[in-house]
Amino acid sequence: MTGAQTRLVAAAAVLCLLIAPFWLNPFSVTLLNYIGIYALAAIGLALLTGVGGIISFGQAAFVGIAAYSTAWVSAANGYSPWLGLALAIVMTCAIAGILGFVTLRLQGHFLSLSTVAWGLAIYFLFGNIDGLGNYNGISNIPPIAIGSLLLTESWQIYLLIWGIVVAVLILCYNLLDSRVGRAMRALRGGNTLVESLGISAFRIKLLTFVLAAFLGALSGWLYAHLSRFISPGPFDAGMGIEYLMMAMVGGAGSVLGGVVGAAIVTLLKNSVQDYLPLIARGASGQLEIVAFSALFILFLQRARQGIVPFLAGFLPEPKLAVPQPAAALPRRAQPAPGKLLLKVDAVERRFGGLVAVNNVSFEVRAGEILGLIGPNGAGKSTIFNLLTGALRVNGGEIAFAGRPITHDPQCHIARAGVARTFQHVKLRPRMSLLDNVLLGTYARTRSGLLAGALRLDRAEEASARYAALCELQRVGLGEKPFELAGNLPLGNQRLLEIARALAADPALLVLDEPAAGLRRQEKLRLAELLRALRKDNLTILLVEHDMEFVMTLVDRIVVLDFGSKLCEGEPAAIRGDARVQEAYLGGVA
Amino acid sequence: MTPDIAAILAIDGIASGAVYALVAIGTVLIFTVTRVIFIPFGDIAAFTALTLAALDAKQLPGTAALVAVLACLACAMESVALVRAGAARALPRAILCYLALPLIVVGIVWAAVKFDPPLPVRLVLTLMLITPIAPLLDRIVFRPIADGSVLLLLTVSVALHFALVGLGLMFFGPEGVRTEPLTSLSTEIGGITVSGQTVLILLAALLFSVLLFLFFDFTLIGKALRATAINRTGARLMGIRPARAGTIAYLLGSLMAGVSGILIAPVNTIFYDSGFLIGLKAFVGVIVGGMTSYPGAALGALGVGILESFASFESSTLKDVIVFSLLIPILLWLSFGAPHSDEEIEE
Repeated sequence: MTGAQTRLVAAAAVLCLLIAPFWLNPFSVTLLNYIGIYALAAIGLALLTGVGGIISFGQAAFVGIAAYSTAWVSAANGYSPWLGLALAIVMTCAIAGILGFVTLRLQGHFLSLSTVAWGLAIYFLFGNIDGLGNYNGISNIPPIAIGSLLLTESWQIYLLIWGIVVAVLILCYNLLDSRVGRAMRALRGGNTLVESLGISAFRIKLLTFVLAAFLGALSGWLYAHLSRFISPGPFDAGMGIEYLMMAMVGGAGSVLGGVVGAAIVTLLKNSVQDYLPLIARGASGQLEIVAFSALFILFLQRARQGIVPFLAGFLPEPKLAVPQPAAALPRRAQPAPGKLLLKVDAVERRFGGLVAVNNVSFEVRAGEILGLIGPNGAGKSTIFNLLTGALRVNGGEIAFAGRPITHDPQCHIARAGVARTFQHVKLRPRMSLLDNVLLGTYARTRSGLLAGALRLDRAEEASARYAALCELQRVGLGEKPFELAGNLPLGNQRLLEIARALAADPALLVLDEPAAGLRRQEKLRLAELLRALRKDNLTILLVEHDMEFVMTLVDRIVVLDFGSKLCEGEPAAIRGDARVQEAYLGGVA
Repeated sequence: MTPDIAAILAIDGIASGAVYALVAIGTVLIFTVTRVIFIPFGDIAAFTALTLAALDAKQLPGTAALVAVLACLACAMESVALVRAGAARALPRAILCYLALPLIVVGIVWAAVKFDPPLPVRLVLTLMLITPIAPLLDRIVFRPIADGSVLLLLTVSVALHFALVGLGLMFFGPEGVRTEPLTSLSTEIGGITVSGQTVLILLAALLFSVLLFLFFDFTLIGKALRATAINRTGARLMGIRPARAGTIAYLLGSLMAGVSGILIAPVNTIFYDSGFLIGLKAFVGVIVGGMTSYPGAALGALGVGILESFASFESSTLKDVIVFSLLIPILLWLSFGAPHSDEEIEE
């Protein structure tokens, strides 16, 4: 399917939505209204859970905060619902910001559990504040008015609700295809990679969290003015899991899944209410939640991917446009060759009683390729993690380009110009090759959330896409830029990592076993690439076990053994060094 | 607040904290062995109280029907799984474990109700009836996704809790119960009356903690469970079946939940849905204790109990808000205190 065809289908869908209230019966329109309202909250959760990988049970609480805010403004104090919208958004986003700031540093399930806790706390709060009507709630909430037109009819508010849903969908799609959206999509799978690209994982998580709450706020505002009455009930923990169910059933990775999930869950609930009394008379209320939970569990056991991704598998492959030449992204001024670039001074790292790196010092000068070698367990990868900030040092100093970076967070070091690859490849397997490399350009580009959602970032995006394609071509992967990274064989995944590192336009390239898993021809090509990079004044630090590869490529070698530096020097000298031979071969025969 | 009131509140808090501690220890046990954060634990404690109340009233408790239904389901699933795996020879054993044993328990309870048994027998019957629930749920709900991520298991666990609440309403009805105190004795310590029930709760919590400690350190099964907790694959290579270790963990855990339910039943009025808050408060204790430490979880749960007791004195309506909100600064402190290892969930 081409872009134009997709847009045509979307336009037809919007047209159907537009005329729907004029030939459906009022009950169906009301049902559609609720579906749209739930869909907004579910889209927020789809972003948070499916895209960002943060499972939240507390979305209902955000919807509730917004609903109560607007009810307080409009019903209790008599101001316009639009003022209520403003307060709803401010309150929800502020509370989400504070909660996120406090909890988003937590690990996976701790984070999810904390959402259960504050979700409950907020729910109990609604029920216990006198000004908010305790458990009785607030009634007589006025309808939304546009000018002098009161939106009291079902179809009137229908148009408002679905107008917002469609706008949100479009903005979310734009966002996910932009710089910030890619960073959000990269959150799933751990922080180490994200931070190594100069992205503050915490900031992106917080942004996603507040965005999800914002969509919850829209939902809550509409809910309050549609039902004209609110009580704590619809914002309890049970509703929290229902939103989660909507997002997951629809397919948590896709924003359209939020709408589809909301529709399915709402319709299902509706028909369960219709049919359960026929099966078990008098027990419908309790059976409803049992049936519902059982269905959800069954779904999680059997079909976790969700409906939209499942159906998308049957659609023809989308035809994406290969990036066209565009203005080049600004480049870093490389340090003059021979200048001291990286200084590792008496660095030490302990893991409990084990001293993995002990008093290691070496220097890297601009424009050289330095090889770090040593037997397994010598501490090579640990040193890489220390100097890229993935691990903290226990002692010693590290300076990069004349500035101490010993205690800098990983993403600051990355932004200073250190790009790396990993011994155990870290990619986002469900993102395309191009998107993976585009992640590398994050620190070189500036477009924010709004620019991405409103498509104001297209010029910069075009430059970034072209730069990413060029890096893919440079490592020899330019043939299929839209292939999923997970489909590549291991050797090519390593090359993809190098392309991603290069896309960051680094001053120092740190490669952890780049040739592992490559065939001989590929190794030769890689060596050629690295030499070409050196010619461009790029400085390279690499760990590698293939001695032929190392000896013919690097300018100098540092040898590690049992966490300590054994010696350093030019390849020929290292090759003849008795201590090195002993470390590798266990004594000179 | 006078020192007297503070002391009374503290004793109250320690008593309910000890109940939470039992649930918390069970939660840690199941989490470490199976990686499931078993939210429905509180529900099992509440079901225990409701079961005991029904037995007190000489009725067949709804738990009996629940166990029978779960046993049929679990047996059917296990049989299908075995036949599909071509291991039909193991069928009789599966039917014995998943169907016959639970049904025998149900039968014993059904027969015993008619004879108006004394309290100790009723307690034993209650525990017998309650312990199969969690292992059966494990077979039905968690076994098919045993290798899923912790987050998936947690989501399923939360969904399961809601299913159980619905089942609770169906099998027990909406009425709350409060059972007779297990002892009417009371004692005076430093001018403050301490009820026998409180002493009993503390003793039981202490006893079960010590028993669990002995079990883990001195029995082979206990060591196998610990091994499974540390490394599932490694344990499997040593011939320990993680599924079986899981079942044992669930049995032990539900026994602890059962005991806590019996202990709390005379102190608080228990409804079919009271379990969630018990479970979650225990859980707050578990989190404070760092998820994997038994003493940590027990201490954390005690802390929650004391906090709740003082909070309810200050504002009885907002006590739950206070308890759950307090989790947030604690989490913050934990997240800044210990550097978390980055759990890399690759897809």
